[in-house]
Amino acid sequence: MNWYGCWTLYSRESRRFLNVKMQTIVAPALTAVMYLIVFRYAMGERSVPDLDVPYFNFLIPGLVMMSMMQNAFANTSSSIMVGKLMNMQIFLMMAPLTAFEVTLAFLGAAVTRAFIVAVVLLLVLVPFTDMHIEHLWMILFYGVCGSIIMGGMGMIGGMWSKTFDDMALLNNFIIMPLTFLSGVFYSVKQLPESWQAVNHFNPFFYLIDGFRHGFLNVGDTDPSQAIAIVSMATLATIFACWKLWQTGWRLKD
Amino acid sequence: MTAALTVQGLTKTYKNGKKALSGVDLSVPEGSFFALLGPNGAGKSTLINILADTVKPSSGQVSFLGHDLFSERRWCKQRLGVVPQEIAFDPFFAPRDILKIMSGMFGVKPDIAWIDELLNRLELSEHADKNARQLSGGMRRRLLVAQALVHKPKVVILDEPTAGVDVELRKRLWGFMRELNANGTTILLTTHYLEEAEELCDHVAIINQGKLLTSQSMKGLLNTVGSSALVLEYAEDVANESLSKLTAFSPRIDANKIFLCLKKDASGQNNFNAAYQAAIQVLGEAQSVSVQNEDLEDVFLRLTNEHQS
Repeated sequence: MNWYGCWTLYSRESRRFLNVKMQTIVAPALTAVMYLIVFRYAMGERSVPDLDVPYFNFLIPGLVMMSMMQNAFANTSSSIMVGKLMNMQIFLMMAPLTAFEVTLAFLGAAVTRAFIVAVVLLLVLVPFTDMHIEHLWMILFYGVCGSIIMGGMGMIGGMWSKTFDDMALLNNFIIMPLTFLSGVFYSVKQLPESWQAVNHFNPFFYLIDGFRHGFLNVGDTDPSQAIAIVSMATLATIFACWKLWQTGWRLKD
Repeated sequence: MTAALTVQGLTKTYKNGKKALSGVDLSVPEGSFFALLGPNGAGKSTLINILADTVKPSSGQVSFLGHDLFSERRWCKQRLGVVPQEIAFDPFFAPRDILKIMSGMFGVKPDIAWIDELLNRLELSEHADKNARQLSGGMRRRLLVAQALVHKPKVVILDEPTAGVDVELRKRLWGFMRELNANGTTILLTTHYLEEAEELCDHVAIINQGKLLTSQSMKGLLNTVGSSALVLEYAEDVANESLSKLTAFSPRIDANKIFLCLKKDASGQNNFNAAYQAAIQVLGEAQSVSVQNEDLEDVFLRLTNEHQS
């Protein structure tokens, strides 16, 4: 293993977003705050049906997780996209880094960005509620897995996209619908039965629900089933990134 | 002499069906200053990109300092520095940081003294802490050279490193490359400045249309392949049709001049008379006639023209 090289790439990918904090950390925090203000006034003190938690408390973990996932995706996809457009991915290919080391560094940086965003959001939002941490391990597990899955999808999307249009397509037609329909804003129990079933095929649903479970101690999914599904999805994502990078898919054609 | 690089039967067909390399064999001696020449689209960059691992070959083998390039990539990459032809830079960082990062990715703790020396030698010290976006085209190209050298590679490949670099700087850049070469670094370069290649390089290979035309020492090429040329100058441009009647002399037309290749026979006599007679028979009396010794550029043009299919 070229640990030092892997570490260098990880720190490059992390410094890239730390250099533009306004865009990568402050902006997502502001967006989330605006969502909350709007929902706070729209929903008032209402509770989520069947779950018996204030809607406001229900919303915060979902928004935090959604921001984490979007930021993890943005970190890897934009890096690879800019690398392609600036022709700078060649430096990565010329360096003695194996596909596994590259994957590790990229995903590591995605998780780092997601967690920094999460901490900032929680520091801003939690003072407005009486929410507290119920299961830290669940928050960490779903946070890490969610960021890895989305960071990995960002890597694959970055490799696949030839232009910014391709990337926008991916973002608007796959990532956005999956995040919006994953139960950030509602409990699936509020949905008709048939839609509840559909939701169970959305991997993001398990991530958001599990993450929220860590804060509220209630959820829509069976925890052991969710852990199994999320673990498998995480490993599959890592494996796919590793193998695609190794073959030079759409990079070395 | 051991070889820094041995390429065997390397082919590359791109996905769009374009055949860039059709079985190239090439050997680059260790410690040499090697020129890889060829017209645009000859396959030089494809060859270099395969060596740099930015393009996958279709078939073929490459041995690098005695190690198999494809199965021992890491070992090879740590000893190879490549200056790509197209300008590329990291828009997020300043040159000094870019060099530290590049060094780190090669698994080498940044050697600050060496980075300072590189910045200094490539005349980037003043701009070392500006964002790379603020650098001019020439500076970005020099930064590419620095990036390729930061891990102190044994073999350096430069793909047209002097395009867009002014004369003075080019000279200093070549001076630096000469020093590296004198200290044992093997240098392979492509350039369109053939005079520079002739002056700098001790070995030369010419490729065209994905095939190797010749590969030998620079002296050897100029002595054996390079001959002299009979140049006839006319009042008007020479018609292209005349070429087919003079094929025995590998003719080449440059506007109102025609160049005929003079070869020596076994007794050391060249075919001046035969060439001259043939030319005036086909084209009529010339305004002026001279004999030139071929330099690298003439040899290059003749060889690549002869093999035009």
